[in-house]
Amino acid sequence: MRTRLYSLEELNDIPGTTVFNARRSRQAYHLHKFCMSLMDAANREEFRKDERAYLDRFRMSEEQKQAVLSRDFNQLIELGGNIYFLVKLSNTDGWSAQKAVGSMTGMTPDEYAAMMRAGGRPIKGNRSIRGKN
Amino acid sequence: MARITAGIASSHVPAIGAAFDLGRTQEPAWKPVFDGYEWVKEFQRREEPDVVILCYNDHASAMMLDVVPTFAIGCAEEFAPADEGWGARPVPMVMGDPVLAGHLAEQLVIDDFDMTLMNHMDVDHGLTVPLSLMFGKVEEWPVRVIPLAVNVTQFPTPSAERCWQLGVAIADAVQSYPAGLNVQIWGTGGMSHQLQGPRAGLINPEFDNAFLDKLSNRTDELRKITRLEFLRESGSEGIELIMWLIMRGALGERVDELHRFYHVPASNTAVGHIVLRPTR
Repeated sequence: MRTRLYSLEELNDIPGTTVFNARRSRQAYHLHKFCMSLMDAANREEFRKDERAYLDRFRMSEEQKQAVLSRDFNQLIELGGNIYFLVKLSNTDGWSAQKAVGSMTGMTPDEYAAMMRAGGRPIKGNRSIRGKN
Repeated sequence: MARITAGIASSHVPAIGAAFDLGRTQEPAWKPVFDGYEWVKEFQRREEPDVVILCYNDHASAMMLDVVPTFAIGCAEEFAPADEGWGARPVPMVMGDPVLAGHLAEQLVIDDFDMTLMNHMDVDHGLTVPLSLMFGKVEEWPVRVIPLAVNVTQFPTPSAERCWQLGVAIADAVQSYPAGLNVQIWGTGGMSHQLQGPRAGLINPEFDNAFLDKLSNRTDELRKITRLEFLRESGSEGIELIMWLIMRGALGERVDELHRFYHVPASNTAVGHIVLRPTR
């Protein structure tokens, strides 16, 4: 057996963080295909006209479609999504990246912006679930 | 013979591109960020590089859906700015250098780096924001660019050590290129930031500043940082810093630090920028 510096289980020990990997990439393939379709202005127009009908063109799960409709980014990540794909959706909505990212923290956009101006979320207490540090 | 004359690193935050494009660089929130890049623009006017090997990551604009290359090199004559969901950035077409890119691709694969060769791709903010920061608003970019895209999105990314070794191999490949070119290598992305989940907004200035301190002459310590440590300490997107190590690996053992800038925040991110020169 080859030795490893750490077990991959350790990746689950980072608080409030989902590590995007090959399995998730596959789980979100059709969701991500939808997101990347929004890189075309005509598609963005179609999506805006009837979001549900547009989503139905993609082989996404119903849960993924619902999470898109409600712009629930934490849920989209839970369902395999990765932020670099998902911002195509928030960009289509005219959201800033800060608004999209902040929406996952349970803070209001103003609270999140104030936290960032004050230096961001501190690392202390946010390193490890197990280590509580 | 071609020579690598400088290494430059910088964050590549999309909001910096938006502020730049919308003419908001002098607003209170943005002025400190853009002021940090005044020095390098003057430096570039003196240096007049011919080509930039630009290490960046594609943010699900040209790859990452159907194919996920660990290291990809752009071999085309030109690369168009990507539409990332709000229209393409109004910046010039990025002109490539297919002859040098072909030489690099050949040498790197011979040196056991299994590169993916891209004969067509658009380039997103990861590549165009650093160009705007280093050269300002221009009618055309004053350099040719060889895009070198690294997977920093899907775990496992390449390791810090692997990125360093790629940089070393790039230096050898440039040195064996017969034309007398002034080549720069850039590492982009970082510094600490996290764009997902309840921990979003994470900033770790201690980690960032230690990274900047060690980048000149304590690189052994940086090459040992694990993916886990990057994710934990610098945030899920802070792992982009491995691309700085490709740049640094290409500069040789010793470098002189010419310029450094660090600022929190730009949107969700800690901005870092450094200019290094190989010691002669």
